[in-house]
Amino acid sequence: MMEKVAQMIAVTGAQAVAHAMRQIEPDVVAAYPITPQTPIVEYFAKFVADGVVKTEMIPVESEHSAMSAVVGAAAAGARAMTATSANGLALMHEIVYIAASTRLPVVMPVVNRALSGPINIHCDHSDTMAERDSGWIQFYVEDAQEAYDLTILSVRLAEHEHVRLPVMVNQDGFIISHGVEPVSFLPDDVVKKFVGELKPIYPLLDTEHPVTYGPLDLYDYYFEHKRQQIEAMKNVEKVFPEVAQEFFKISGRKYSFVEPYKLDDAEHVMVALGSTNGTVKYTVDKMREEGCKVGLLKIWMFRPFPKDEIQRYLTGRKSVVVLDRSASFGAEAPLYEAVKSSLYESASRPLLSSFIYGLGGRGIAIEDVEEAFEKSISGELVTDYEYYLGLRE
Amino acid sequence: MPLTMKKLAEVFSHKDVGLTQGHRMCPGCGAPITVKLALMTAKAMGYEPIVAFATGCMEVSSTIYPYSAWSVPYIHNAFENVSATISGVETAYRALKKRGKISPDKKYAFFAFGGDGGTYDIGLQSLSGAIERGHKFVYILYDNEGYMNTGNQRSGSTPPGAETTTAPVGKEIPGKVQLKKNIVEIIAAHEDVYAAAVIIGDPMDFMSKIEKALQFDGPSFIASLSPCVRFWRIPENKTVEMTKLAVQTKYWPLYEVERGVYRITRKPSKFRPVIDFVKAQQRFRLLLKRPDADAIVQRIQDYVDKRWERLLALEQATKDKPSR
Repeated sequence: MMEKVAQMIAVTGAQAVAHAMRQIEPDVVAAYPITPQTPIVEYFAKFVADGVVKTEMIPVESEHSAMSAVVGAAAAGARAMTATSANGLALMHEIVYIAASTRLPVVMPVVNRALSGPINIHCDHSDTMAERDSGWIQFYVEDAQEAYDLTILSVRLAEHEHVRLPVMVNQDGFIISHGVEPVSFLPDDVVKKFVGELKPIYPLLDTEHPVTYGPLDLYDYYFEHKRQQIEAMKNVEKVFPEVAQEFFKISGRKYSFVEPYKLDDAEHVMVALGSTNGTVKYTVDKMREEGCKVGLLKIWMFRPFPKDEIQRYLTGRKSVVVLDRSASFGAEAPLYEAVKSSLYESASRPLLSSFIYGLGGRGIAIEDVEEAFEKSISGELVTDYEYYLGLRE
Repeated sequence: MPLTMKKLAEVFSHKDVGLTQGHRMCPGCGAPITVKLALMTAKAMGYEPIVAFATGCMEVSSTIYPYSAWSVPYIHNAFENVSATISGVETAYRALKKRGKISPDKKYAFFAFGGDGGTYDIGLQSLSGAIERGHKFVYILYDNEGYMNTGNQRSGSTPPGAETTTAPVGKEIPGKVQLKKNIVEIIAAHEDVYAAAVIIGDPMDFMSKIEKALQFDGPSFIASLSPCVRFWRIPENKTVEMTKLAVQTKYWPLYEVERGVYRITRKPSKFRPVIDFVKAQQRFRLLLKRPDADAIVQRIQDYVDKRWERLLALEQATKDKPSR
């Protein structure tokens, strides 16, 4: 299989995802343009227009309708996808929940962008963090390769009979979506074979077996249905490694809940989501050359949150710095809160602190990462304090 | 080829029109009658109906889990998005047919149903988008002129002077002051659409328009006046009669617009004054007690008279001049 691995091509993250979608060739794509997601739908629309894919595209009049049409198509028995960013995702919000609770295996690439207001088009994670309790599986990727790989992998995860939940594959706006990087594409037939055919469950178009979708579900059943949904999300913990293993077989690339980077002997660890992990890796390498025992725990999967891995990799460290590219006003930043709560039962809790950075696309430099690590190493780090990196105050 | 009474009787005698007994709509409600007339016509024509429903009375009352009154495939998504939802279903059908996963011989009828709140107000964007994109579906509005599911709040369809909880008839303000939105005109303004107004009190006209809608090569829209016995405050056995009265008073003209060509399908030889329609419903009782009642009713009368004249003129002017 490995010798069939196709060529390395320089593409943007948006192009990488559009090609993943081309290879998946869903039955239906309903999408609405929004910066910085727009190139994904543009590339895909061209594939449709040129007859490269058989997909039927619905050029909807809003993101709310994009998600609504995707729900209709998926319930009908089709493989359906969409993609969005920021305010578009916020507009979808109501139906994002409905897609998950209707157990529709939709895959949605999201290009992270700061939520209004004030209006901003650049990257932060406020958009997808606002959907963290929507019942969707969430991946955050470091680069275009991961955006491509995880979009393909997510089809299998979403459609697995023990999961049947939608997946968001989140890539950092502009940094990944518009940055050009070499990406290794799998051959079309390999991807097609990997994703296989969707096995619809209770398709609406089966008139021989009529079903009712979206009934009124009151206090006598709603709770039980939510419990089932909680269970489905728990099943991801078992199913994802299996699917990741199969993806490894076709690609040689290994995915997990988290990626430990130079953690073996690390005393001071940073935890981050998305493209910033690249900057942290570079800084870790640099500081290690200077003799600092630093490391990184990259979070690939944010929902379900990989509590076991957090405990496994962070217990016993001297300090842990959690980087968040979004804030939770009046409470702890989302990733920090999740990491902190995961470590509550840990036998040996590290000194833990929160760093918010990069809101509205503010850049994060190697010096910023160093600054955070140096605070840890020097013992200056105040436990449970919220710091801001790269902010004028 | 018009449906024969014999065929309709045959379908109806089987009783499986898609909506079974046991739903929890109020006795005398106009909405289930609207739904049944539409589904029955589709079935008689050999279509397999697929139903999408906007949130509303009919949706909550027909699918209280674990029960469902639907014997045809049914999907409810949310309030404002039934047109987008049916867009997805209809597109899935075309995609799966193209890939040979659905028999090309199978005749589906894609129906979207919504109340006036889900159509005139919160769902208007989604409806306009779906029509503009040209999905092959039939949208059926059951218009009970208010948010009746949530207890009678004002909608863009509520007529002036009707008592609602969010535009109550007060000491200063005489209830809702604005006229009802003209939804058929809004829809008819889209290119390549079939739009019509119907009443359950004229089933032959209703069914012939459904038939036309199903055979129309593109999206279609049917507005059915569906009295709410509870908040129009009318007796349960007066629903059908009330719709007839609406036609007799020019309150709800029966007409259709096919690609810009207007056709009035019922022209009563004699009209009754709109006050007869107003007086027949207790939702106007507080209005009628006000000193300015006559002026408000006169305003409605003037409006329906002018609209009728306009319709006659449009019928004349658009004859043989389809928009495409």
